[in-house]
Amino acid sequence: MSKKAAEINEQIPWQDLTTGCEIYEPGTSRLTKTGEWRSRTPVWVEDKCKQCVLCAPFCPDASIPVKDGKRADFDYDHCKGCGICIKACPFDAIVWKEDEA
Amino acid sequence: MSIRDRLSGNEAIATAMRQINPDVFAMFPITPSTEIPQYFAQYVADGKVDTEFICVESEHSSLSACLGAEAAGARAVTATSSAGLSYMNEVLYVAGSSRLPVVLAVACRALTGPININHDYSDSMAERDSGFIQIYGENNQEVYDNYLMAHRIAEHPDVRLPLMVCEDGFITSHAIENIEIEEDDKVKAFVGEYKPENYLLKSENPLAVGPYGVSGYYMEARVAQAQAMKNAKKVILDVAADFEKTFGRKYGFFEEYRMEDAEIAMVIMGSSAGTAKAAVDQLRKNGVKAGLVKIRVFRPFPGEELAKAIAHCKAVAVMDKSEGFSACGGPLFAETSGAIINLEQRPKMIDIVFGLGGRDFTVAAALSVYDRLEKIAAGGEIGEVYTHMGQRER
Repeated sequence: MSKKAAEINEQIPWQDLTTGCEIYEPGTSRLTKTGEWRSRTPVWVEDKCKQCVLCAPFCPDASIPVKDGKRADFDYDHCKGCGICIKACPFDAIVWKEDEA
Repeated sequence: MSIRDRLSGNEAIATAMRQINPDVFAMFPITPSTEIPQYFAQYVADGKVDTEFICVESEHSSLSACLGAEAAGARAVTATSSAGLSYMNEVLYVAGSSRLPVVLAVACRALTGPININHDYSDSMAERDSGFIQIYGENNQEVYDNYLMAHRIAEHPDVRLPLMVCEDGFITSHAIENIEIEEDDKVKAFVGEYKPENYLLKSENPLAVGPYGVSGYYMEARVAQAQAMKNAKKVILDVAADFEKTFGRKYGFFEEYRMEDAEIAMVIMGSSAGTAKAAVDQLRKNGVKAGLVKIRVFRPFPGEELAKAIAHCKAVAVMDKSEGFSACGGPLFAETSGAIINLEQRPKMIDIVFGLGGRDFTVAAALSVYDRLEKIAAGGEIGEVYTHMGQRER
């Protein structure tokens, strides 16, 4: 049985689960929008950002995409709003979204 | 040709392990199972096996190391007893739910307290719901034979569940008996190689083991695991049939001893069954229709088959060699009661907790149980359903 992770969801019967819920491919967390768990949202203030990229390695969920040495906006499908990036940023370039705090 | 040799239960298990030559043995010693890794260490030192023999820091770790090895695609084994098995508790459940067919030898020993190193089933019975298959042996031969069948049952694709081979601490683990050992090549041919379809070291197909299961999946995962335990029943019988064909010794879920026309019977496990058989033989000589059922496979519990075996009896004593502190009987009694509950005609049944912490079980004690059963069968009062036997009291 080599069922694809994309075929496993909360509608399938127990007979269609993999043995021991094994997953037979890598990178399947992309399929699960864990950003839904977020209760507070960090916002990137682009004009304050010096592109030191210190925030990216601190992110426990790889939700700060870095391309050609520069960070882009948050991957909100996977950011869980822990706020570690806000603490890590030396330039106050990441702030909590207002009226959520 | 079988080889006649005198071995302790522990040496018999270690011998079976040597013949099977597992990929990994993660060991941590505890009385009375310590001799198993001790013998095996000698086989490693003598180059008789090429097993990766890992000395870890605890039983929690020994089983964890086995699970890692199993997930990687290896055949992994370990052994333990008593508090060691309790310390594995958390990991036992991981083995079951991750469906990793590790084989664990348990020399069954009392749990504290008071602290005690002798035999009863407090340790293995405490883990009866952990998702392990549990197979119990009466004597050294059965323990050896059960071990030879263990990997094939556990690793079968319809099952894929971890398995405990249980022997009675000291009584079986240390007593030396003359038993039939099979030839190495015949054992290897019978047990076969472990070839899982998916495993961590299969580079072309990355695998994740033991993922988080939210409420939307947990129930389904548990039902699938329960189904695997049901599937194990057929596989256990199939492997036993092949074992009989190959080595000539017959096994089922349980042994029925003089049960055909039995009016009174015991349901019992392990070495105590040997003692009770002597009592049955004495009673039969005197014309008493006594019999016994010796449970070999406790998980999966053969409820339907056991009900059929004892349905025709008038009175049955379930012999529990562990105390469940339920205040209404031990675990074997609970299972047996559940098994017969829907029978139209069912025997009167009592539970006797006996032999705790190595307390002797004698033929005279077994006879006293049958004596009580005779009175119940003749229409007497059942009296207290759940009692203890063999303790000093006022």
